[in-house]
Amino acid sequence: MSAHGGAIGKAPASQRAKDTGFRLTMLACLGLSVGLLALLLYDVVKDGASHLTMDFLTSFGSISADKAGAEAAIWGTIWIMVVCAAFIVPVGVATAIYLEEYADHSRWWNRLIEVNIQNLASVPSIVYGILGLAFLVRGPLSLGPVVLAGGLCLGLLVLPVVIIASREAIRAVPPSIREGSLALGATQWQTIRRQVLPASIPGIATGVILALSRAIGETAPLIVIGAATVIAFNPEGLDSRFTALPIQIFDWISRASNDVNNYKPLAAAAILFLMILLLLMNSVAIWLRNRYEQKW
Amino acid sequence: MAEHVTEPEDKQREAAPAGGVGIPDQGARFSRDGETEAEPRRPREAIFQLEKVVVSYGPKPAVRDVTFDVGRNEITALIGPSGCGKSTLIRCLNRMNDLIPGARVEGRVLYHGEDLYAPNVDAVEVRKRIGMVFQKPNPFPKSIYDNIAFGPRVLGRKQNLDETVERALTQAALWDEVKDRLKTNAFGMSGGQQQRLCIARCLAVNPDVILMDEPCSALDPISTGKIEDLMMELKREYSIVIVTHNMQQAARVSDKTAFFTVELASDDDHRTGRVVEFDDTEKIFTNPADSRTEAYVTGKVG
Ligand SMILES: Nc1ncnc2c1ncn2[C@@H]1O[C@H](COP(=O)(O)OP(=O)(O)OP(=O)(O)O)[C@@H](O)[C@H]1O
Ligand SMILES: [Mg+2]
Repeated sequence: MSAHGGAIGKAPASQRAKDTGFRLTMLACLGLSVGLLALLLYDVVKDGASHLTMDFLTSFGSISADKAGAEAAIWGTIWIMVVCAAFIVPVGVATAIYLEEYADHSRWWNRLIEVNIQNLASVPSIVYGILGLAFLVRGPLSLGPVVLAGGLCLGLLVLPVVIIASREAIRAVPPSIREGSLALGATQWQTIRRQVLPASIPGIATGVILALSRAIGETAPLIVIGAATVIAFNPEGLDSRFTALPIQIFDWISRASNDVNNYKPLAAAAILFLMILLLLMNSVAIWLRNRYEQKW
Repeated sequence: MAEHVTEPEDKQREAAPAGGVGIPDQGARFSRDGETEAEPRRPREAIFQLEKVVVSYGPKPAVRDVTFDVGRNEITALIGPSGCGKSTLIRCLNRMNDLIPGARVEGRVLYHGEDLYAPNVDAVEVRKRIGMVFQKPNPFPKSIYDNIAFGPRVLGRKQNLDETVERALTQAALWDEVKDRLKTNAFGMSGGQQQRLCIARCLAVNPDVILMDEPCSALDPISTGKIEDLMMELKREYSIVIVTHNMQQAARVSDKTAFFTVELASDDDHRTGRVVEFDDTEKIFTNPADSRTEAYVTGKVG
């Protein structure tokens, strides 16, 4: 036996105590956050589950709580999400391609753009609401508080997320693939279009879905740009007025409830619906990533 | 190979004789199977003429004083210690260095007598004619078929794609191994197969010259042997420039050899590569003019 023979046994008691203590602390932190989330969920499910019926999903808002539903809000949310996606996908991907494939990073203006995009991702959403109000709803574009303005405003808000995710996906394509393609006489655009983009689509799609799932829950910017609260029709076009799920929830929660008209369960049901939507979107994002992500 | 379809732009190649040009076939070590010297010998025709080429990535050159010719239907080997600029130089020949910010080429690189770096020369056009195989196999994340078809497709040569793919894979001695799984992903192939796929991919666009940067360094001896046989076969139609660290390989396959060395600047440790000797492979390996070449090829220095 060597002189180290004794060292393989257990660590000194004081070290083991520290180790255990550290683990317990971490477990407690984890338990706290998961527990709070569970409590919240429980509360929402308790109040809302019984109200989340087909009737609820297919009725318009109403002063009378038993007749009120979220149809206008659901369709409004769908409309603004479609506008938002139609805006962020081309703009976000094109920006990411420019920054990754074309921009000369030794130029100050390209670095400035990069730093700004990082910063924009952390600007409070209400600021985007003010921007939307000043430039989209009123001001130069004067669209009014319509679907197009709502979708574009949320699009601006989540654009940095899409750009950052797309850049990461594009950067994950190894340079050797680009070299292989260029060495065959492909142009830079052909290389991007036929090699780099197809290989990075799963990453880009994941980023877009996560961006949309952030946009779908945003309330503040929509309130600022003046989305309607009680509406008895679905949007019919880009220039229709609209309401959206978070707005509807906010409205129901802020109304005074009494025995005749209790709006709180309605809010809970709408929250539940929104959470199910979010869960679905995130699952699709995870599935996409696991199923299609290219292993190099 | 007789039915090989030549593109209109490279008519000249048809005139090229099969087999090595201008290399006296002495010494058993350098004799090649199936090659007869019966054909009348033509004057050696240069595909590339390099004149005092200097390539730099920064203020100081990475490689300088490169002057040699690459002949038609020859295999030209570039050998030398690590860091002497072999990759740097070979990447100049199809303007791949354009992709590296700050890389500069001085001196003259003539391709069929035309300056490759003249302002009116388009790098994309250059790369259509001068193919490249890289050190690490780099198949595209697509099916075997789509890997080969990618080049012809982007060049707009979409007729008879199936034939083109089959011919390229056959030339690269890969057809029999993969003909039943053309639609499967190329990432499922072995490293040696992937490298031959990359060679086939390069052949499918029908280049004039093939540049290979250590194509066998990641391969086992059997795959290496296959690729060497392939090169001997390919030089009937193509001209090949190969970088290799394998002396036997250079001696076995090449007709001409350029030996590079690396010199350390006395003041700031900057390393600059340069060509010490360029000659017939046989001469470089049996009777080199420079003592540094001799020391290197006999393994006396690394
Ligand atoms: N992209 C680059 N940017 C800056 N310097 C580079 C770059 N590529 C190569 N160099 C430098 O150029 C010199 C020659 O490198 P090169 O890769 O051509 O050598 P090599 O002969 O191919 O070596 P090896 O046998 O190890 O592949 C080295 O000093 C290297 O540091
Ligand atoms: Mg190298």
